[in-house]
Amino acid sequence: MILAIPSDKESLDSAICVSFGRAPFYCLFNTEEQQNSFLVNSAAESPGGAGIKAAQLLVDNKADLLITFRCGENAAKVLEPAGVKLFKALNLSVADNISAHQQNKLEPLQEVHAGFHHGH
Amino acid sequence: MQASIMATDPTIAILSGKGGTGKTLLSVNLSSVAAMATYIDCDVEEPNGNLFFKPSREFEKLVTVKKPVVDETLCDGCHKCVDFCAFNALALIGKRLMIFDEICHSCGGCIYVCPQKALSESERPIGEMSIGHSGSVRCISGTMNIGESSGVPIIEALLKHKDGNLTIIDAPPGSSCLVTESIRLADFCILVAEPTIFGSHNLAMVHQLVTLLGKKHAVVLNKTLEGVNPSEEYCKKNNIPILGNIPFDKRLGKMNSEGRIAAREDAHYHKLFSAILEKALKEVSDETAADPQR
Amino acid sequence: MKQLLILSGKGGTGKTTIASAFIKLAQAKAYADCDVDAPNLHLVMHPFPQEKASDYHGLDKAVINAEACTNCGICLDACRFHAIEKHETSHTVDPIACEGCTLCAYLCPQQAITMEKAKAGELKLFSNGDEHFSTATLLMGSGTTGMLVTKVKEQLKQVSDATEFAIIDGSPGIGCPVIASLTGVDLALIVAEPSVSGISDMKRIIETSAKLGVTIAVCVNKSDTNDELSSRIETFCWKEGIFFAGRIPFDPMAVRAVNEGKSVIEYSCDSGTAVRQVYDKTLQMLKETIRR
Repeated sequence: MILAIPSDKESLDSAICVSFGRAPFYCLFNTEEQQNSFLVNSAAESPGGAGIKAAQLLVDNKADLLITFRCGENAAKVLEPAGVKLFKALNLSVADNISAHQQNKLEPLQEVHAGFHHGH
Repeated sequence: MQASIMATDPTIAILSGKGGTGKTLLSVNLSSVAAMATYIDCDVEEPNGNLFFKPSREFEKLVTVKKPVVDETLCDGCHKCVDFCAFNALALIGKRLMIFDEICHSCGGCIYVCPQKALSESERPIGEMSIGHSGSVRCISGTMNIGESSGVPIIEALLKHKDGNLTIIDAPPGSSCLVTESIRLADFCILVAEPTIFGSHNLAMVHQLVTLLGKKHAVVLNKTLEGVNPSEEYCKKNNIPILGNIPFDKRLGKMNSEGRIAAREDAHYHKLFSAILEKALKEVSDETAADPQR
Repeated sequence: MKQLLILSGKGGTGKTTIASAFIKLAQAKAYADCDVDAPNLHLVMHPFPQEKASDYHGLDKAVINAEACTNCGICLDACRFHAIEKHETSHTVDPIACEGCTLCAYLCPQQAITMEKAKAGELKLFSNGDEHFSTATLLMGSGTTGMLVTKVKEQLKQVSDATEFAIIDGSPGIGCPVIASLTGVDLALIVAEPSVSGISDMKRIIETSAKLGVTIAVCVNKSDTNDELSSRIETFCWKEGIFFAGRIPFDPMAVRAVNEGKSVIEYSCDSGTAVRQVYDKTLQMLKETIRR
């Protein structure tokens, strides 16, 4: 499966970015092949709809699972029907979060916060 | 640029760089002292004019904008609309297109871009507007729904109902696109300023805006107290005509806080606001008024 | 870094005057002015030795190459934002009206339209040792985007993350900039004005904040301009379970203080005393909110 993790820098020892939609990079980790790659987040500089664009990016790159601190409501609306599972990140590096996941130590992400634009 | 010919009565917009300076106080009272006037409340995020006028509600309507709608039988999941949308209002999961209405700016582009013609547009509400009367004043007001991306379409809808009467536009605070849209049809702008450095600083900003947009303008000083008035100093330094000043007045403040129109209840205030309106109308037609086109 | 946001729904309630007083009382080392449309906080803050400015770009805007343009008018027909004007030999784009949708560029048969970077504002970071003040200005006519506000907060967080507590002066209204200032905030103190307009606007901002799940507290400024309405606000808060942080009377000293670039708490006056009390209560509420 492919794990996606928003990261501050393009390296496995980077901290996890506090924002999902405006993270500068996403680490994509393929658990079968034990290979990682980094995607530049084209959504980071969008004045609006960053969460949606970021979610689309992950869906297009076939992510199965997202490890993040937060996720906005709009991004969740895209990730959920696409079958991307959300897990709460630990305040550790990208690499440490990946291992934590492999050891089933991560909790699912429960709260999705309201987006900047939201419906009634 | 040729001078505007006044085939109809003028349209005067009331602005300030910051909120709470007295835009609504002035707009509401100037409208009330005119023989006949149309008042348009363009502060669609926080509209207050109707709290004063309490107009009859003769006409109410939802304000809608065009939002895309997808025909799923025609969509083949090509991703072109998602790639095109500059606002990121579209997302594709397999062949299922998701449309985020509140993020969409209604540019209509995705409709053009879809090779299968699977996208069309339908009207969706983003707010509402109402028209009514309060004595001699025709009141046009609108409200934006919380969470919408832009109040501009509501302002546009309000301005469509502008008539040939003397029109007073109560503009939103600041200098954003909401303000530029509100004053687009104004013949003249009155800038309201407080006697604080916050007031003069924001007066400078909105002065810059009206100059940039080529609008004739003048200032009304509000809540004036004893001592140096930084906003008055700014006007003198920049040769901006001052139409009048409204002294800080607890009684006026209290009436205003209760949504009462001072000019309608008290001869003293009626006189004060009439004098300002008269001066404003004179400035509008006067050749030597502060006109950035000269 | 914990964040206290000072908001109002309506402008002119005294948000900035109160924010600056809080900053002085807290001896805060991190603060921001998120009212990017009309920033005022810097006018009552002491000057800083270091200033870092950076451009903020919104969406790219369309530019028509006059030489390539054949004046066909397809762009004008398609533009929904009244941003295109026809002239004698070519069409032009009004950058203030252009919303950057790119439709004209897509449709132009001559490929005469390109999207270019457009400066929409400027970010500023003032520093004095470990004290930081983050702010920005939005260029006039710009779209009311929350992104610039987000950058103001991010900029502060980057330099001050180790600081315990940041105070943010928010913007009026209920639009995107306000929503952006609310995200991630621990407590929002709403400064209300005792007037019918003030109450109406306060309710809208409370609704907006509640939608984002932010804990709210309310205080009434210039409370003695209408005691009855001030009481009405207090009762409303009590009924709705909203923490009421107190009343601050109107005081001409406040005007004087502001005009002298100082804070109201630096003068011995009624409003200064009241502000201190509201501050103490708000801080207590903030601590309780964090504990929860």
